[in-house]
Amino acid sequence: MEKNTSCSFSNLSSNLGISCFIAFIAIILVRVIYVIYGTGKPLSKRSPQQALSTLIVLGSGGHTAEMINLLLVLQKDRFTPRFYIAASTDNMSLQKAHVLENSWADSSGVKGISAEFMQIYRSREVGQSYVTSVWTTLVATVHALWLMIKIRPQVVLCNGPGTCFPLCVIAFIFKVIGIRWSSIFYVESIARVKKLSLSGLLLYKLQIADQFFVQWPQLQRKYPRAHYVGCLM
Amino acid sequence: MGESLDGVKGKRVVFVTVGTTCFDALVKVVDSQEVKDELLRRGYTNLLIQMGRGSYLPTKSTGDDGSLAVDYFTFSSSIAEYLKSASLVISHAGSGSIFETMRLGKPLIVVVNEDLMDNHQSELAEELAERKHLYCARPPTLHLTIASMDLKSLVPYSPGDATPVAKLINRFLGFPED
Repeated sequence: MEKNTSCSFSNLSSNLGISCFIAFIAIILVRVIYVIYGTGKPLSKRSPQQALSTLIVLGSGGHTAEMINLLLVLQKDRFTPRFYIAASTDNMSLQKAHVLENSWADSSGVKGISAEFMQIYRSREVGQSYVTSVWTTLVATVHALWLMIKIRPQVVLCNGPGTCFPLCVIAFIFKVIGIRWSSIFYVESIARVKKLSLSGLLLYKLQIADQFFVQWPQLQRKYPRAHYVGCLM
Repeated sequence: MGESLDGVKGKRVVFVTVGTTCFDALVKVVDSQEVKDELLRRGYTNLLIQMGRGSYLPTKSTGDDGSLAVDYFTFSSSIAEYLKSASLVISHAGSGSIFETMRLGKPLIVVVNEDLMDNHQSELAEELAERKHLYCARPPTLHLTIASMDLKSLVPYSPGDATPVAKLINRFLGFPED
């Protein structure tokens, strides 16, 4: 008789376990659909005093120059505190961001800078084989997760380097889980005239970016959900 | 397009830049007799090469014997001054170099690095060449481009503007229009 009750108890608990699991998956699915539906929907009106914490992803070469060009026309008191992330092997980008932030601090006479600078492992080096890139992307993703949990930005600005993809995916997951709702803006690089970069293509197809900007009309024709904004440089 | 004449006896400098890359093919071809002769023929007096991470070392020359004066260096924290004093710029196809040069109104020949995997840089160079903002060349054909180029036919590039993006971002986030 004891065997029967213990059997039915384990049946019950495994049924319960399976039900919980199915419920969990269902909740996740509902949240994912909710987030995808909500992605791209403008936020409700806010006053300029309601500043948003902003993550700025920097990439080597022209990427940082383009990003700085964009930052110069954004009202910095609306996008604060600012967090800059660059790849660990990129020496120049964070320096340039420092210079920008210092010049802002100087001109406004504000003591202390409302900006932080961080480095992240690269998903993929230029020219690295796609096979080894799978592993390095996983490592970069774990590191990205760690940084994102600390920052939890409300706005993400990125313009193409591979470093931005894990960060944007994590921002998306944060939306699903409910850790933080963020608005993700992606500006495809000016060097992309006819074809999107890999980061751009992924973020466009997976509908992770809230707004996707392209600088050449050829891309807007090919990717109709993108906004054509002309050349930034 | 503006061409600067250095105060010293009509010195006309050709500045070659490869940015932070390694582009030996360009440095080599610019150092070739073919290209140097063509540059002399077009009235240039000096050739200054920023060679970046390349391993090919050009041959320096004072140019006292009427040949092209040649000099080179690896990197500089800012090439703005070199660009400003150049009469012609020959650059790799990096967007930073391209736009920095065009913003200064300097005539530009962009040379695409054919050894790069996934040559996305060539799209930008070709598009800007189609719009007549610069000339586009490959290392083997550079001397032909120099021989046939008509710098007066280049169209000045109007600098871009990031404010449309900023407006859209602000509007999306619910911030009031300025």
